[in-house]
Amino acid sequence: MIPLSWYLALSAVLFTIGVAGVVIKRNVISMFMCIELMLNAVNLSLVAFSSYFRDAAGQLFVFIVMTVAAAEAAVGLGIIIAVFRNRESLDVDDASVMRN
Amino acid sequence: MLLLQANTTDLFAVRELNLIVPEIILTVAACVALVMEVLLPNRRSRWVGYFALGGVLLAAASVVAAWVTYGVGFPLTGFYGMVRLDGFAVVFKLIFLLAAALTIAVSLRYLDVESEQRGEFYALVLFALTGMMFLASGYDLIVLFISLELMALTFYVLVSFTRRERRSNEAGMKYFLLGAFSSGVLLYGMSLLYGIAGSTNLGDIAASVNSILHAPGADETTAVPLRPMLLLGMIALAAGLFFKISAVPFHMWAPDAYEGAPTPVTAFLSTGSKAASFALFARIFLEGLGGMRAEWAPLLGVVAAITIMVGNWAAVTQTNSKRLLAYSSVSNAGYLLLGIIAANRYGYVGLALYLLVYTLMNIGAFGIIISLHRRGVVGEQVDDLKGLAQKDPVMAAAMAVFMLSLGGLPLTGGFIGKWFLFGGLLQRGKEEGKNWYYWLALWAIINTVVSFYYYVRFIRVMYLDERAADVRPLSLSPALRVALGVAVFGIIAVGVYPQPFINFAQSIVSSLAGAVGGTIAVR
Repeated sequence: MIPLSWYLALSAVLFTIGVAGVVIKRNVISMFMCIELMLNAVNLSLVAFSSYFRDAAGQLFVFIVMTVAAAEAAVGLGIIIAVFRNRESLDVDDASVMRN
Repeated sequence: MLLLQANTTDLFAVRELNLIVPEIILTVAACVALVMEVLLPNRRSRWVGYFALGGVLLAAASVVAAWVTYGVGFPLTGFYGMVRLDGFAVVFKLIFLLAAALTIAVSLRYLDVESEQRGEFYALVLFALTGMMFLASGYDLIVLFISLELMALTFYVLVSFTRRERRSNEAGMKYFLLGAFSSGVLLYGMSLLYGIAGSTNLGDIAASVNSILHAPGADETTAVPLRPMLLLGMIALAAGLFFKISAVPFHMWAPDAYEGAPTPVTAFLSTGSKAASFALFARIFLEGLGGMRAEWAPLLGVVAAITIMVGNWAAVTQTNSKRLLAYSSVSNAGYLLLGIIAANRYGYVGLALYLLVYTLMNIGAFGIIISLHRRGVVGEQVDDLKGLAQKDPVMAAAMAVFMLSLGGLPLTGGFIGKWFLFGGLLQRGKEEGKNWYYWLALWAIINTVVSFYYYVRFIRVMYLDERAADVRPLSLSPALRVALGVAVFGIIAVGVYPQPFINFAQSIVSSLAGAVGGTIAVR
């Protein structure tokens, strides 16, 4: 049996990679993928806790997070397509009509 | 009706549905609005707007009815403790409903001018409103997360609603990326709380937080194994929530999102979304993490001090009025945080009262900016207000009221709200005997004086600057006039005769922990 702390460590590492990716990457799609990685890192820790406590709420939470992530992907990609139509670039540094 | 006559289904008692009647009304209204948009003949999308307004008013009536009917028995919980109806929920729900009603009223004409009059807009506003309502009454991390996301996802769409406009796209993209990022951080904090408590219910979390921190023999020096995890969870939650309320250092999205979004959405974003995020903040920090106040109060204090300063100082140099109000909104997030830091009766009343007044004055100010937006005229610069005093003295006077109230002049509602926020902080400082509360209050007051500089600039431009050549009439609709009238009346009513509003705001206190007894009477 793998101890709980290993799962939590892996989850923390994945989450950190996701955060670092959002900060470093400049392409919208890559940033979005890193955000999904963050959400899945959280899912991992929720499932680990759920099995540790023998409590179903954590797994229920994971299902809800997955659903929300899917909805988020739909909305996010829609916005990204609208942006791309207007200016043919997905680099966030080009999104600078408003700057102060 | 058959369903309502039955006493229980397999999963929950049917009478528990009484707790979420307003949310059910809003969800149904939003779905009907979507269908209406398809069925209505061309160019009749305005009707969807009026229908949505009716739905909001009906939901407000049901909130009031629930308050009158069950007010004595508060708090009521249902759905396995996931939903909790109490004074806190009712006060916040009424604030959201007010914000949504005013938003719909000011957006009817705006969307015509933008040639974006589509019924989905109103359906999205209603869905966002449903999310906010559940944020106020949710008492479980799962409910809170899903309702936060319902609100946030609809706002991503609303911000980029004028899809042919580059600024709106960009604002939507930035808001989406940072919003989704902050949701991830918030969710990480929630998962750690679940890991500590073994339950997603806020009451259970509060109990286990207390047992960890105040266990026999547990103090600063003895190593409690779960303590670091609790601190990490608290910091992750705070960071995620700082994003949502646009507090420094996570405020970068606010100016861009506010400037690029269609103006009615900016109005709704700066009032409804902010109030809902504060409801979430208060629920998690005052109820769930209430036992570790000693840990989070200094953190929030530092953030509030920096937020107030950055918001006010950055607003001074702005020329775009939407961007200026965005920075003003950042600084107001700092003021509102003071109420959570104080966490006493004065602070809570200040939080609720200031959010109410802030909703009125901010939507009012954006309503004036909307009336300046005509075909071919953007009307978003501060200088576009030139000559308004001659062209439409009533509108200029209304704008002056909003600006003076935002600045916090006595006899306006903004003064009363700030009075309670600062007063709560001073009281807390006296109770705990710590000096930093006094310094924070003093710092907030100094910055309020700075904020007058840019609020008064609007008034100076309207009344003192030479009249501009622009003589085209303002784009006013009856709904917009009514909304502005309600806003002005509300602000002055709160400022001149605050007692009934204080009583209203006090019902929030009964449900939050740590409040001291007694009621507040105006001297």
